[in-house]
Amino acid sequence: MTGPYRRPVPSTWWLHNRAYFLFMLRELTSVFIAAYLILLLILLYRLNAGRGAYESYLRFLGAPGMVTFHVIALAAALFHTVTWFNLTPKVLVVRVGARRVPAPIIAGVNYAAWIVFSALVAWIVLRG
Amino acid sequence: MAGTREPFWWSLFAAGGAVAALLAPVQIALTGIVIARGWAGQSFTYDRALALVSHPLSRLYLFVLISLPLFHWAHRFRFTLIDLGLKWSRALVAGVCYGAAVAGTILAALVLIRF
Amino acid sequence: MPDPTITLEIFRYHPEQNETPSFRRYEIPYREDWVVLDAINYIKDHIDGTLAYRWSCRMGVCGSCGMMINGTPRLSCAAFLREYYPNPVRVEPLANFPVERDLVIALDDFMHKLREVNPWLIRAHEQPLSDGEYRQTPDEVAAYKQYSMCINCMLCYAACPVYALEPRFLGPAAIALAQRYNLDSRDQGRSQREAVLSSEDGIWDCTLVGECTVACPEHVDPAGAIQRAKLASTIDWYKRVLMPWGGR
Ligand code: SF4
Ligand code: FES
Repeated sequence: MTGPYRRPVPSTWWLHNRAYFLFMLRELTSVFIAAYLILLLILLYRLNAGRGAYESYLRFLGAPGMVTFHVIALAAALFHTVTWFNLTPKVLVVRVGARRVPAPIIAGVNYAAWIVFSALVAWIVLRG
Repeated sequence: MAGTREPFWWSLFAAGGAVAALLAPVQIALTGIVIARGWAGQSFTYDRALALVSHPLSRLYLFVLISLPLFHWAHRFRFTLIDLGLKWSRALVAGVCYGAAVAGTILAALVLIRF
Repeated sequence: MPDPTITLEIFRYHPEQNETPSFRRYEIPYREDWVVLDAINYIKDHIDGTLAYRWSCRMGVCGSCGMMINGTPRLSCAAFLREYYPNPVRVEPLANFPVERDLVIALDDFMHKLREVNPWLIRAHEQPLSDGEYRQTPDEVAAYKQYSMCINCMLCYAACPVYALEPRFLGPAAIALAQRYNLDSRDQGRSQREAVLSSEDGIWDCTLVGECTVACPEHVDPAGAIQRAKLASTIDWYKRVLMPWGGR
């Protein structure tokens, strides 16, 4: 007689279910964002190093491979933004008396702030 | 009696996640696509970029933008490695991930302080 | 026209006969108004009396009939055959728990974890009975009511990959239960529960996959409970570190 049976958990468990797969994608968006930040840091470093260094780095960033990377990173960042805002109401629970402020309102405030911040940053950088 | 340090890392993770959610898309679109493809015209020539970045507020902004999301990455990546079956000790995984974020933060400070 | 039938593939495990589990197929009459539990009861009564499983209320109250149905943790008394018909229905014991026999899982770990969070009102000073009951306003009840709806069905544990990978993880329902008492205005035991919640296998293991909340038939939202516990612990931690003179 053997004891209770323990079912094995394969390390590919996150491929077996759509929700787990999306979870794994969500976690991995942080890798793309971090990689982007390293590239940004290098951009700043080259900017500090002088005109030639800066302009050659801009040419490097303009190569098709790098632009492709940034397009993928942008998609990852947007996925992060949406999942993050949609989960915020889980952490922040605001009560007004017996009633809990509905999740869509808390998420909505986030999206509004997102639009404002994005527009502000784009305006500062691009106003020329 | 500080007990577990998890609340500290978690707070950096949460702050970094919020910063990334708010700012990563626009930042990536700007420096990675618009400027890199040369669509920004005169707005990001060397002189203009240098002037913009040299402002103390810009540098503070860039420091926050780079540092906090690195901790966000470290926290998530730490658990992802475990989820994917990495058999290192948990303390080692945490040390490597947070250590990388600390290193990135120091580098960001060193670069930004020189402008 | 012949009467319609539906096929159930059921996980069988009889440790005294076979060391490895297997699936058996049963073809039974299909009834529109049957739930999966009815189908299993039919098999037990008419085809194979050796099938072992748990159930009691047949109305989503007792929490004992949880099973994996086509890979999703469900109460088998609340999952209608018509959701799956005409496809076969695959029934397995709740994931992430050791299997005692067929669809029966071992409960010990879960029971132990529930007890570990001290799920009762803790008072610094118990007030004498003659002073009457501890009273609450409706708002104070609303603060924790959702977390008190748990029926201990364990579907959330079956949905949780963190628990799958680390069986020592305290897990969704136990943490939601701790929050149920932490948020109760009559309770003063939060610091006692904190030791368990913030332990190595407590709230900090959770990566917010969120599937516990999806699985929960009572809308307890254990994922939300865990995140709120993290936030509360973090605020406490900063208070302790930044204001160590602050007493408690
Ligand atoms: S929290 Fe929900 S899913 Fe988990 S045991 Fe309680 S009722 Fe079941
Ligand atoms: S039999 Fe009681 S909940 Fe299903």
